[in-house]
Amino acid sequence: MGMTLIEKIIAHNIGRESVTPGEIVTVNVDRVMVHDIFIPFVADKFEEMGFSKIWDPDKMVLIYDHLVPASQLDDARHFAKGDAFAAKYGVKNVHRSDGICHQLMTEAGYVKPGDIAFGTDSHTVTYGCVGAFSTGIGYTEMAGILGTGKLWIRVPETIKVEVNGTLPANVSSKDVILQILGDLRADGATYKSLEFVGSTFDAMSVASRMTMSNMTVECGAKCGLFAPDEKTAEYCGISAEDFKNDAFLQSLKGDPDAAYERVLTYRAEDFVPVAACPSQVDNIHPVSEIAGLAVDQVFLGSCTNGRLEDLAAAADILRGKKIAPFVKMIVTPASRKIYREALEAGILETLAEAGAMITHPGCGLCCGRAGGILTDNEVVVATNNRNFLGRMGTSKVQIYLASPKTAAWTALTGRISVPE
Amino acid sequence: MGMTIAEKIVARAAGVAEAHANDIHTVELDYLMSNDGTTHLTIDMYNNLKHPRIADVSKLVWIVDHNVPCDSPKTAASQKKMRDFAKEHGITFYEGAGVCHQVMIENHVVPGQLIFGADSHTCAYGALGAFGTGVGCTDYLYGMVTGKSWVLVPETLRFNLSGQLGNGATARDLILTIIGQIGANGANYHAMEFAGPGMASLTMSDRIAICNLCVEAGAKTALMEVDQVTLDYLAAHGGREPAACFSSDPDAKFEKVYDIDLSTIVPVVAKPHFVDNIVPVSDCTGIKINEAFLGSCNNGRLEDLRLGASIIKGRKVAPTVRFLVVPASREVFLAALKEGILDTFMEAGAIVMNPNCSVCWGSCQGVIGEGETLISTGTRNFKGRAGHRDSFVYLGSAATVTASAVKGEICAPKDL
Amino acid sequence: MEEFTGKVWLLGDDIDTDIIMPTEYLAMKTVKDMCPYAFSPLRPEMAAQIHEGDIIVAGKNFGCGSSREQAPEVIKALGIRCVIAGSYARIFFRNAINNGLLLIENADLVRDVKEGDEITVRVGDSILYGDKTYPISPLPQNLLDILDAGGLVRAMQRLNGIGKE
Repeated sequence: MGMTLIEKIIAHNIGRESVTPGEIVTVNVDRVMVHDIFIPFVADKFEEMGFSKIWDPDKMVLIYDHLVPASQLDDARHFAKGDAFAAKYGVKNVHRSDGICHQLMTEAGYVKPGDIAFGTDSHTVTYGCVGAFSTGIGYTEMAGILGTGKLWIRVPETIKVEVNGTLPANVSSKDVILQILGDLRADGATYKSLEFVGSTFDAMSVASRMTMSNMTVECGAKCGLFAPDEKTAEYCGISAEDFKNDAFLQSLKGDPDAAYERVLTYRAEDFVPVAACPSQVDNIHPVSEIAGLAVDQVFLGSCTNGRLEDLAAAADILRGKKIAPFVKMIVTPASRKIYREALEAGILETLAEAGAMITHPGCGLCCGRAGGILTDNEVVVATNNRNFLGRMGTSKVQIYLASPKTAAWTALTGRISVPE
Repeated sequence: MGMTIAEKIVARAAGVAEAHANDIHTVELDYLMSNDGTTHLTIDMYNNLKHPRIADVSKLVWIVDHNVPCDSPKTAASQKKMRDFAKEHGITFYEGAGVCHQVMIENHVVPGQLIFGADSHTCAYGALGAFGTGVGCTDYLYGMVTGKSWVLVPETLRFNLSGQLGNGATARDLILTIIGQIGANGANYHAMEFAGPGMASLTMSDRIAICNLCVEAGAKTALMEVDQVTLDYLAAHGGREPAACFSSDPDAKFEKVYDIDLSTIVPVVAKPHFVDNIVPVSDCTGIKINEAFLGSCNNGRLEDLRLGASIIKGRKVAPTVRFLVVPASREVFLAALKEGILDTFMEAGAIVMNPNCSVCWGSCQGVIGEGETLISTGTRNFKGRAGHRDSFVYLGSAATVTASAVKGEICAPKDL
Repeated sequence: MEEFTGKVWLLGDDIDTDIIMPTEYLAMKTVKDMCPYAFSPLRPEMAAQIHEGDIIVAGKNFGCGSSREQAPEVIKALGIRCVIAGSYARIFFRNAINNGLLLIENADLVRDVKEGDEITVRVGDSILYGDKTYPISPLPQNLLDILDAGGLVRAMQRLNGIGKE
């Protein structure tokens, strides 16, 4: 019988012909990511467990992003602890202010199609955009992997999401994933793998796919995968020739006779701009239903939507215009590379001229520690991945998650607006 | 009897022919600037007044700059109070446009004005020949309600500048050297006036840096004569016309006169924990740093960023050093962006932030931890100013700070 | 069979990790420091009133959201004996097991029980509330092994030949 994409990745990793959903297997880890908030805990647990060396120091990537720049007195301790750990155990892959971990892991080439990667952050699922199996774990398990290079996992069932056709011009991949989350609900794919197929996804950039993989954890998924194609190869620095000749990479797609637990099918033309309304990611409504609501702030950034195409979409809308009076717009590019590309392309200039504040790449407001915290009864439209109660300030802050286009139109008018 | 610049500005604002040191005058204020550090307190006091009114709303300028973007629910609540009040009363309001003093100088201040700011570094406006001084909420509220206030006319310390800066020294090294010389209370209640042939070589950015820091010697205000540099700056910033251009009369009475040859100034740093704890950079060479900060109303202008960029171009920030670069305003941010300066810093590995007060005021951006050392172009190095109470802040010029960021220890550019 | 009785704290569906432990407090030095802020966005009074041995009963998708292990750790540090929820988000589930926090899956109890009432848990068997009995399904063996070892740290110590047997 055929296999789903996740089954192929796991089987290949453990050197078996096939695996079955529900099976518990131990995989060999290709790459791990630890970020600044959790490195002190990982370091302590690692030593408490009695390890004296990392199984393969080059497979660890340490990234400072949640605490950059430091906003609280204890933050710098995390950098000191991380630097000391890296020095002691020979970890060379350290990024201290280069951007958000999930952006860097594929952008800097740490994760390739078919890899198995784990990170101390729930949005580690992002690397599914290049056809890698990646998912979030806690710091105790991370410490265990650092010592052993292995982790047990349960082979997940797969839900196939098929979308064909052309998306309307005002719809982004963010709207597509939000709609899917609304349909699956916040626990609709718990422990499962999502596999995205269809002509709509074939036409999407890797950046747009990244937005979708990134948010699959919001319906509980273990991962959200796209089969690697020529675009993926180019993004990952794999030559077209090598990609074509690599039998494993070529095999990385769900078989026609694979066993899917469920198949969701959509027509691309049916999607409309949507938003996740307070305070659950699966509380999805068309933007047209909530249009007109006055906002206090707009946030464009995060590992969900802080990439060049996101910033460009906003710049196209705001070029030569000013954001609404008394409305703040905060723009946080996802990485140093994206910041520099956006600078070079005139995008940052356009956004700053329009009145936006451009911050250094990092998690910023999305992780709720600084970067635009709000207070009671304030309304924010944000392009990131979570609108949980209290995520961006008090529990009376109203967070609406939407696409960069919706965010930019909203900044322009000062009211939630459907992008034109 | 002749008058100093400070006396002339007070006389104008009081509508009298003459004013002299130690007189007390009721004055008409030209602007009242307030930022998110304290405006919410002023609003609370305003709302408790029996007959709250604003004398002239066009005089009020409110600027959110200290915690931008906002870092906590508490700050968000104070800023919202400020924003809502400004919206309701039609007060000129900036948020995210830059550090208040830079925004005021770029957009509002003109020579001859008397301006109150609810922030100690309001004395920076002297660079444009305006009398700016810092006040507390109560003074601010009185000015807001009546349009007036009282001032005790300050005595003036006169600094005659000659020659030109050399030796890798900047205007910041000059003012730090002066503060080291006269002490942190050396100009208490006084006006510090800068004049002489040496002024001609100082750019507007240099002048702002000098006046801005005078409060660290205790000065009530700092003042400079209006010249072509001033007029060119005003012309380039909205074509503003001076209210009055003053210089001190030949027979004006100065409390004390200092003659300073700019060519003798060398790069210096202020060691922890006082701004007047001044030594040559060479005395601190080799001190390891965790963080470097290039920014603030003191040293976050285009010229400062340009100087830093010229040093870091083709080099990298030391691996474990956090180097924050924070343009003083959106105008500076955009100019630096267009000139390729921001990209140079980004390429070198710096953390480039949106315009705001940042590390200078020790909240929300680049807070330093226990036992850490920062070298900064900010205004103050008081204990705990940039974060943990057990941390160390050294103040230096844009050149010293950038060179130190590259080397990972305090040094001058020539040591790279 | 292990058996214990505790007072119920009743919560709803989708109790996310930002509610359990807000990001603002994540960089504190120890889990003990974080305890007062647990559940603060939803129930600011709750952390201070939890007693050793209390039990949290909640709806579906408990612990959804971030990978922060402080979430189960802080629940354990507050003295919560176990959590009984309709279902769990996967990272939270793994983290809880790895820290030796007992999780029980039951979707019915949350509909019947009232906050402050006492319930009795017979581990691996059933929950007793008033005159009703709610069955519990057993955990898979590989998880029981980790729980038996006293959490993942202990299991790894054993691997490295250190710590208590």
